[in-house]
Order: sequence, then C-alpha cells, then structure tokens
Amino acid sequence: MTNPPTENAAAPKSRPRWGVALVWIGVLGLLALVGAGLIRTQQGPAGVGSKPAPFTLTTFEGVDIGSSDLIGQVVVINFWASWCEPCKQEAAELEQAYQQYKDQGVAFLGVNYVDTEPEARAYLAEFGITYPNGPDLGTRISQAFRIRGVPETYILGPDGVLAQVKIGPYTSLDEITRSIEAARTGQP
Amino acid sequence: MHSWLRLLLSVGVFVLGLAAMAGSAAAQGTTPTDDEVNAIAKQLYCPVCENIPLDVCPTQACAQWRDTIRLKLSEGWSEQQIKDYFVEQYGARVLATPPAEGLNWLVYVLPPAAFLAGAFLLFRALRSWRQAAAANPAMPVAPAPSDDPYVRRLEEELRREG
Repeated sequence: MTNPPTENAAAPKSRPRWGVALVWIGVLGLLALVGAGLIRTQQGPAGVGSKPAPFTLTTFEGVDIGSSDLIGQVVVINFWASWCEPCKQEAAELEQAYQQYKDQGVAFLGVNYVDTEPEARAYLAEFGITYPNGPDLGTRISQAFRIRGVPETYILGPDGVLAQVKIGPYTSLDEITRSIEAARTGQP
Repeated sequence: MHSWLRLLLSVGVFVLGLAAMAGSAAAQGTTPTDDEVNAIAKQLYCPVCENIPLDVCPTQACAQWRDTIRLKLSEGWSEQQIKDYFVEQYGARVLATPPAEGLNWLVYVLPPAAFLAGAFLLFRALRSWRQAAAANPAMPVAPAPSDDPYVRRLEEELRREG
C-alpha cells in the first residue's frame, strides 16, 4: 500500500552508524542492569549449600571477628534487632545454646540489624547474652546473606558452607540444638 | 577614679564571659524540636520500611532512629555529620538522595539524557515532516469537475435554486 519511493524522496540522510550502535549498547546495558537487579531481589535469602561472601563483624566491644577465622567450626549467625518482638522469643534460648556449645567448636555471632546502639545494648543486658554481638555496619553482612527481616539464623558448617537456615524465631532450645547437630554432622 | 574604672571594666568582662558561657551551655543543652529532627529525618529512609521517609515512618525502629537524630543534634552535631553517621552505620541506601558515585550516577545522568534525546528526535521528526510538506505541495483544494451526470444535474439544480 505504500507509495513507491520517488527520486525526490530517494536517499534519506543515513544516520551515523556509530550513534545508533551507541544508543543500542546503552539501552541493552541498562536492560542488563535492571535484569541483574531483578534477579538479585528475586533470589531470596542465601540457601543451604551456598557459601556466603566472607565478612567481618565488629562487636560492640570493638573486636573484629572475621568469618574466615572461624573456618573449621560450626558458626551460628543470628540476625536480630531490639525493636523486633519475635527476636525476644528466641534470645534466651540462643544464649542457653551458646553456653551448651561454646566449648565444643561451635561459635555464635549476633548481628544487630538496623538498630540503635543504646537499645541494642539494653536488649543484650536484658537477655543476658554473652556471645559476641555487633552492629551490621553498612548492612553489609545482612546483604551478603540477603536477609528479608529479623530474626533469621544461618548456621555454617565447618567448611564455611551454609548448612542450616532458620527464617523467623526458634521456638525452643531443642530446635536450636537439633539445627546445630545437623550442621555438625552434615545432615540436611 | 582610675582604679574604679579598671574595676568596672573587669566586672564587665567577667559578666560578659559568664553570659557567653551560659549561652553556649544553653545552646548545647537545648532539646531539639520535632521540626529540627524531622528536617533531617525526611532525608533518610530506614531499610526496614522501604519507601517511607523516616519523618513519617510509624515503626519502633524508625522512632529509635529519630531519637538518635535528636540525641546527636543535642550534642551539637551538624546535619551533615548526622547523615554521615547514618551512612556509616546503615549504608548509603538510607539516603533519600543517593550520592553520585558508582552506578548511582546513572540516576542523575539518564533522565536528562533521555529528555535531551527525546527533544532531539522530536526536532528531527518535525524538521523532516516540514521538508516533506515543502517537497510535496498540497493537493488542489477545489474538486475536479465531476463526470457523473447525476452530480452534474444536482449542481445545476442548486445553481438554479440559488
């Protein structure tokens, strides 16, 4: 249905090819960025069998604890906050588990997520928590584990691979010990 | 007379010094108002409550953050120092206006670039339409005499009527 090209309209000025290529590269790059962001947000928390990126927790006392220093031990990493009500359900039991396992090659780390220091310290005192705890500076550790909220607990096996994941609070000391034992023996 | 004047000057300097000290202490001890706290809070976002500015966020976490801002203000911290503290503690994502570094600069560059590209394309399209219109003059407006006998008769009738 289109009219045949006449001589007058014949040769439209050719667009610079490099310009077109540049625009396409830009558009595709932008799409790739958006896609990578979407994939990351859809990934969910770090799963069993994955190996989280190494991190360093600086405790409220100013001691640096690197995850790579704990290879060879089972590591219980609990994300919590003082404003988080469900965190309080498991706080005392986690401390009991720590007392039970602290001399058996099991390390406990408390990562204080998006919290304020005075309230966090008050929380630790209230529940008598003695294992190392520190703020998640820059939310770097929670981003490494891609947590969605608190409380969440991740247990690394002696090889540094994620062995157990608990989203939400533990309901009993027994549940915590079962998770730790499973991580120690490499059971799913 | 001379010693009396010296005494008066000394007392004056002493009183002024006291007043300055009291003023400075009062300035540091003043409790910041909600407006002062919210002026900074509205530039921050708590990661727990995404897309809700800190000044209107109703959660306990955000209330604690606002208390921290109030505390820092009462200690004489500046707005920038407080924002830097929050970035250090919770990451740059707490800022309502992300710093122009890393991939963040795309946020600042892309919208104006897209606007300029759109304006350029529109300009080119308008120009090419105008050129096309100039190259192909419009069709004559007056209709060609019709060969249809019915139409011819109708036109004659109308002329007669008119």
